[in-house]
Amino acid sequence: MKPAPFEWHAPASVAEALELKARHGDDARFLAGGQSLVPAMNFRVAQPAVLVDLNRVAGLDAIAHGADGSLAIGAMTRNARIERDAAAAHSHPILAEALHEVAHPQIRNRGTLGGNLSHADPASEMPAVMLALQASFLLRSRRGERAVEAARFFLGPLATALAPDEMLAEIRIPPLPARTGTAFLEVARRRGDYAMMGVAAVVTLDAGGVCTAARLACCSAGPTPMGAPRAAATLVGTRLTENDMTAAAALLREEVDPMGSVQASPAYQRHLAGVVATRALRLARGRAA
Amino acid sequence: MTQRIPVAVTVNGTTHRREVEPRLLLSDFIRHELGLTGTHVGCEHGVCGACTIRLDGAAVRSCLIFAVQADGHAISTVEGLAPERGRLSVLQQAFQDAHGLQCGYCTPGILMTVSAFLEDNPQPSEAEVRHALSGNLCRCTGYQHIVDAVLLAAQRLREAG
Ligand SMILES: Cc1cc2nc3c(=O)[nH]c(=O)nc-3n(C[C@H](O)[C@H](O)[C@H](O)COP(=O)(O)OP(=O)(O)OC[C@H]3O[C@@H](n4cnc5c(N)ncnc54)[C@H](O)[C@@H]3O)c2cc1C
Ligand code: FES
Ligand code: FES
Repeated sequence: MKPAPFEWHAPASVAEALELKARHGDDARFLAGGQSLVPAMNFRVAQPAVLVDLNRVAGLDAIAHGADGSLAIGAMTRNARIERDAAAAHSHPILAEALHEVAHPQIRNRGTLGGNLSHADPASEMPAVMLALQASFLLRSRRGERAVEAARFFLGPLATALAPDEMLAEIRIPPLPARTGTAFLEVARRRGDYAMMGVAAVVTLDAGGVCTAARLACCSAGPTPMGAPRAAATLVGTRLTENDMTAAAALLREEVDPMGSVQASPAYQRHLAGVVATRALRLARGRAA
Repeated sequence: MTQRIPVAVTVNGTTHRREVEPRLLLSDFIRHELGLTGTHVGCEHGVCGACTIRLDGAAVRSCLIFAVQADGHAISTVEGLAPERGRLSVLQQAFQDAHGLQCGYCTPGILMTVSAFLEDNPQPSEAEVRHALSGNLCRCTGYQHIVDAVLLAAQRLREAG
């Protein structure tokens, strides 16, 4: 299994990369870590005529920590680097927690956050995490730039809001308020496999222990990463007791729309969604206190 | 016309210059252009780990990188592990002593994965070893002896200081 021939460009700057993508449009693909694109090319499921390799582009792999606790991560930042970034682990510990479940160490050494999000596999962990963190994505093209919220970026399996001439350049994650706890949990058949169900939970408590904000998002739960806004809304104003969390998990089970796979039927995935959501909420609550 | 691109890749300390098609996988470059057949190829889609090498120190799949991308970079393969002809590295010796291989097909990828892992984590727990090995499939051993070999190598490397 070898890839079909293609024309390879390795620009040194973002401007050059955008120029090439604008010129070749849908015939060209950006090459980031190659951990999803190259397998597809080896199988000849993907046969792009042109590859615009981003690995030599300067300035796309910074992790910038804002004084307010926000994060800006360049699209070409390798997943392994984010996983090990001490300041990111402090401001947004859910990133490393979820990245630990993304494929294997060797794949994370090469794969990038921007490539993972642009690939938009609905089974992928990080799109769900981005939804729960209310991240926004900076998209750039020769025409200019725009910011798109995670909730509007993922349109379907492997489909995103990226236009043919656009690049995902930066991932922006807002700060987490004080007394916020986060958790990412998943169930997979084997370590490193795509999850049968994964849940990201973010909860904020006030000084008296009452929940003031909650967000839930799942992977392997539908055609895109799936938020569960109704379930999350029921948690606000509660003390996140076992009953509150069980009730929210029951609602979340209704909100997801799992498609099933050889590994798990939709009914089993739905069951898992409730179980994993309850566990994730319990963990997040403990970490918020 | 097929595009051919000049590359200079340093493998186990020696720089090799070739002209290659962009679609040539780094695994095939290593095996066919350089004749270093210690790097194995199992699945060519990133799942089995047999092709794992180190690129600028990091363990990566050579079947998911194009040779042109390695231009100017330093690679190490299993052939570079032994300190000299006829002598094994501490890690290789531990695999022999703990019976960490049977057919040996998976072994080069596992050794390259573990050589990077033990530099990062010289005192791993068994659970950490199993996580580090999660991206390398072995169809023979059932993994227990591989885990034993890694823990033995870690202990010997610590004792050697
Ligand atoms: C064995 C194996 C197991 C895996 N398991 C998991 C898993 O459990 N969970 C998971 O989430 N992933 C998993 N992956 C996928 C892995 O995480 C990939 O690294 C990731 O999905 C793609 O990132 P990349 O940087 O390698 O992108 P690439 O493969 O280079 O690109 C992916 C796609 O995104 C496009 N693209 C890349 N960068 C940009 C950009 N900046 N702007 C616009 N478009 C861009 C490319 O053109 C391509 O279409 C696995 C992969 C393998 C091989
Ligand atoms: S041959 Fe590269 S991972 Fe299987
Ligand atoms: S020893 Fe045969 S595959 Fe591992």
